[in-house]
Amino acid sequence: MPEETNPSTPPPSGESKPAAGHAPAAPAKPAGPTALPWESPMVVKLKGQYGSGIREASTYLGQDYMVVEPSIVAELLQILRDREQFDYCVDVTAVHYPEREKQFDLVWILYSFSRNERIRVKTMIGDGESVPSAVSVWTTANWLEREVYDMFGIRFDGHPDLKRILLPDGWKGHPLRKDYGIIQQDQEWVRANLGIESGQ
Amino acid sequence: MLDYITSYLSSNTTPGQAGNVFWALVYIMIVFGGVSVAVMAMNWLERKALAHFQIRLGPMRVGPHGLLQPIADAIKLMTKEDIIPAEADKFVFWIAPLIILCASFAVYIVVPFGPTHAITDLNIGILFMLGVSSLSVLGVVMAGWASNSHYPLIGALRSSAQMVSYEVAMGMAVVSAVLMTSLHGIGPYGVGVGTSGTGTLSMIGIVQAQQEQHVWFLFKFFPLGFIAFGIFAIAMVAETNRAPFDLPEAESELTAGFHTEYSGLRWSLFMLGEYAAMIAVSSIAVTLWLGGWFRPFPNTLTGDTWDLVFSLFPGLTFLALAAIAFVGVRRMPKHPYFRVQTIGLAGFGAVLGLIGLILFVPPVRDRIQDIFWFVAKVAGFMYLYIWYRATFPRYRFDQLMKVGWKVLLPIGIGVLILTAILGVVL
Amino acid sequence: MGAGQPGNRERPIIMTDRTITDPKPIDTTTSDPKTSDSARFLSHLELDQPDKTFLDSNELVINMGPQHPATHGVLRVILKLDGEKVLGTECVIGYLHRGVEKIAENRTYTMFNPYVDRMDYVAAVSNGLGYCEAVEKLLNIEAPPRAKYIRVILTELNRMASHQLWLGTHALDIGAMTPLFYTFRDREEILKIFEKYCGARLTTHAFRIGGCQYETYEGFERDVTKFLDFAPPKIDEYEELLTTNRIWLERTKNVGVISRADAIALGVTGPVLRASGVKWDLRKAQPYAAYSDFDFEIPIGANGDTYDRYTVRMEEMRQSLRIIRQAVERIPEGPIMAKVPKVMKPPVGEVYHSIEAPKGELGYFIVSDGSTQPYRVRVRPPSFVNLQALDVMVRGALVADVIAVIGTLDIVLGEVDR
Repeated sequence: MPEETNPSTPPPSGESKPAAGHAPAAPAKPAGPTALPWESPMVVKLKGQYGSGIREASTYLGQDYMVVEPSIVAELLQILRDREQFDYCVDVTAVHYPEREKQFDLVWILYSFSRNERIRVKTMIGDGESVPSAVSVWTTANWLEREVYDMFGIRFDGHPDLKRILLPDGWKGHPLRKDYGIIQQDQEWVRANLGIESGQ
Repeated sequence: MLDYITSYLSSNTTPGQAGNVFWALVYIMIVFGGVSVAVMAMNWLERKALAHFQIRLGPMRVGPHGLLQPIADAIKLMTKEDIIPAEADKFVFWIAPLIILCASFAVYIVVPFGPTHAITDLNIGILFMLGVSSLSVLGVVMAGWASNSHYPLIGALRSSAQMVSYEVAMGMAVVSAVLMTSLHGIGPYGVGVGTSGTGTLSMIGIVQAQQEQHVWFLFKFFPLGFIAFGIFAIAMVAETNRAPFDLPEAESELTAGFHTEYSGLRWSLFMLGEYAAMIAVSSIAVTLWLGGWFRPFPNTLTGDTWDLVFSLFPGLTFLALAAIAFVGVRRMPKHPYFRVQTIGLAGFGAVLGLIGLILFVPPVRDRIQDIFWFVAKVAGFMYLYIWYRATFPRYRFDQLMKVGWKVLLPIGIGVLILTAILGVVL
Repeated sequence: MGAGQPGNRERPIIMTDRTITDPKPIDTTTSDPKTSDSARFLSHLELDQPDKTFLDSNELVINMGPQHPATHGVLRVILKLDGEKVLGTECVIGYLHRGVEKIAENRTYTMFNPYVDRMDYVAAVSNGLGYCEAVEKLLNIEAPPRAKYIRVILTELNRMASHQLWLGTHALDIGAMTPLFYTFRDREEILKIFEKYCGARLTTHAFRIGGCQYETYEGFERDVTKFLDFAPPKIDEYEELLTTNRIWLERTKNVGVISRADAIALGVTGPVLRASGVKWDLRKAQPYAAYSDFDFEIPIGANGDTYDRYTVRMEEMRQSLRIIRQAVERIPEGPIMAKVPKVMKPPVGEVYHSIEAPKGELGYFIVSDGSTQPYRVRVRPPSFVNLQALDVMVRGALVADVIAVIGTLDIVLGEVDR
């Protein structure tokens, strides 16, 4: 006898409560957790080393991240792996903000087995700029960077084999950019390789 | 002319030895037809048995319990489009399945279903069998080559390496069985069996040598005969490319191996050849180690009573099959939709029962004895083939070679040497 | 490109501590990304001269897939072979690419929920759990305890189903037909529970953001308990067929070995990582849902070979049953849905949340711009990352090992390609 519960009328006792971690309770504005400064010995050390190279180090909803200058990324990632034991690169991805001057947020999600800690390293780069590849730091970055290249057109310097991974090699355009429409296709490629009109 | 035909009936040798072309042709027809039917039956049985191993039902739709499935398959395969790849070597592509088929069927020339129930008896019978059956590798290599495609080529390469390696181990096992024939006794047909120590390569002679020595070669010099038989039993599975040695046609690796590009009738010829080869090598094993056409305990359980008891087995077997069919009829759903199937199954059971009853008639009973026991032993091997397929994962290529060259061959040579020594000493 | 970068040369991509050294690794660094992949690949073999065919060479390039019975979908692996020995591989993926991440940007948070089921379609429940929890985190809400327990039960059942499917297909790849049918028979019991709970068997869409939409049906606990009693003998049955089978041991021991260091560097997760000796499971390391309430072990392997991955997954099935038993016995009463706004507008910000899916770490990185639609959803697919290890694991092995390793990685192409 399944009792249907409409999501729009939840039972009264299901009060929302803030997630664990450093998230502020902020009773005045329940819907707006804010980013707090991220204090840890590691951040202090890195800030001492790079100064303004680390633009921001914050904690949002209990998740730590730092925003850094593109120029120090290569060195920082190496240090994070070797000195701070972030030996597992969980993911490399990007976010496109077309209205910004530096259009792309590039995000490395890192995890340390020994510290059981997950951090995000973020940098902002403009269209056409490239970043140093992290393949020499974490082998796993190989395909992840290829996917970022495929989807956003961000080039990684020093990547051993930077080419498309999910889309066909001859495809034009990078679909996860915001200016790429959801039903957009590379008409030319579809016509030439599949011999059909794409219908879109 | 009529004399020529009837004169054979009074002879007590095979038509080949008697030089009677007419009866030889008749025998060839019977054997070819019989083997083809056996292959179809095997096809159905394999699908059913395998299905039951795997908690499935297997074919159930075409005929009662899928009994007509092989026929439906045959019709389908014959009417299917015969695709020849554009870049294939057409002649080689065309002739490869025929070579396999011919090689598999040519073996039956010397298979002794009974003392006189063979097309002929060559004095180099076992040598002929091994030689001809290994010709089929030629067809496999040709098929793989002519397809002009990667997977078939790899399959063909695997197949040639595999068959050549296992043939050696197989040969060692066979020679040790042949050695046993030379020990003592004189066969009624005088085929090279004698106290002089000369053995025989004749298939009929080998069976008779087991009769003379009052032992199946399986139990001779225990456990030597047993080990030799084991080696042969493993090698013959590899020889016929069946699981767990089915690398040349490993479905999950090479799609279908050497016959990937084949379709329709040509593909079915491969299958026919494969199953015929399975029956052929099983026949060799039965002849060499399991006393060929002789009923169990021909020397210990003698006397008219035992003869009578054992002679009832063929009829009883068919009656048992008929009983199974009637149980199936009882368990058929009562819905009118199943009426035709129920009647069909009942009819099938009735036919089986009738055959069983006919087999009780004394003249028939006596003549069918040898063939029945031979076929029953071969059927045991066929079941083992199915059983292996349901149980074992597949060997990897290097492991297959390792088993062939590093395990079976040394043991085979050891058994051969020990057999020779024991033969002299005892 | 990339040929002249010295930084890359110093630390080669291909791990050097493999047991079999490859005299001529594929030089992927000289490739031109603009040429078509097959032409580029063939050029390594110097087959571009017209008078050379593959038969003149000692090396053979074959395409395994995308239509191949053992690549578990539309995976295409280009193999360079010397006889049967694998000199190198290259995975060509994307045949099932549906642009899930792009779709997410054009749907509301609620509307995107069913899409995640279509990624790893054999573990749809896990996908849904990860997504719902990620959005809940972004909304700063938490599902009620009862909903969390229901989520754990269904997710663990799904892990079991996923492992059963893996076992059947993996064994079939190695040539053992029978386990496939046994595992499908038993997986059916799990799917029946799913069907009774939410009406769907495969792409379940079992959870909603904030909890579960459906209360458990009458007799849910009974069905699950019945399954808990039903399953262990069945697992023993699979093990009876395989664990001590000589051929199975020969085919899996020391095949596709990946060392602990390689596994971490390649970012593989899930049973593949644990079989290499890393005792790490997100359910323990960073507990989500109600996992911190339960008592269970993390099975690990020692050698990182195919056999260890097999034993790890077999043990994981047993541990899953253990978790489910605790959850069913202790399932609390109460609401199953948190207070969720009718129109979901998470505040501006980004979160990353990951769960231990049957195949490894499944993560969702969600960026909100304050509107009803996510600004960006990034899925961190375990299969995709694990598949990258294929090359390291099969170099120097034989063709048959490639099949075994693809099976043991337990990839689902829907998730690799998204």
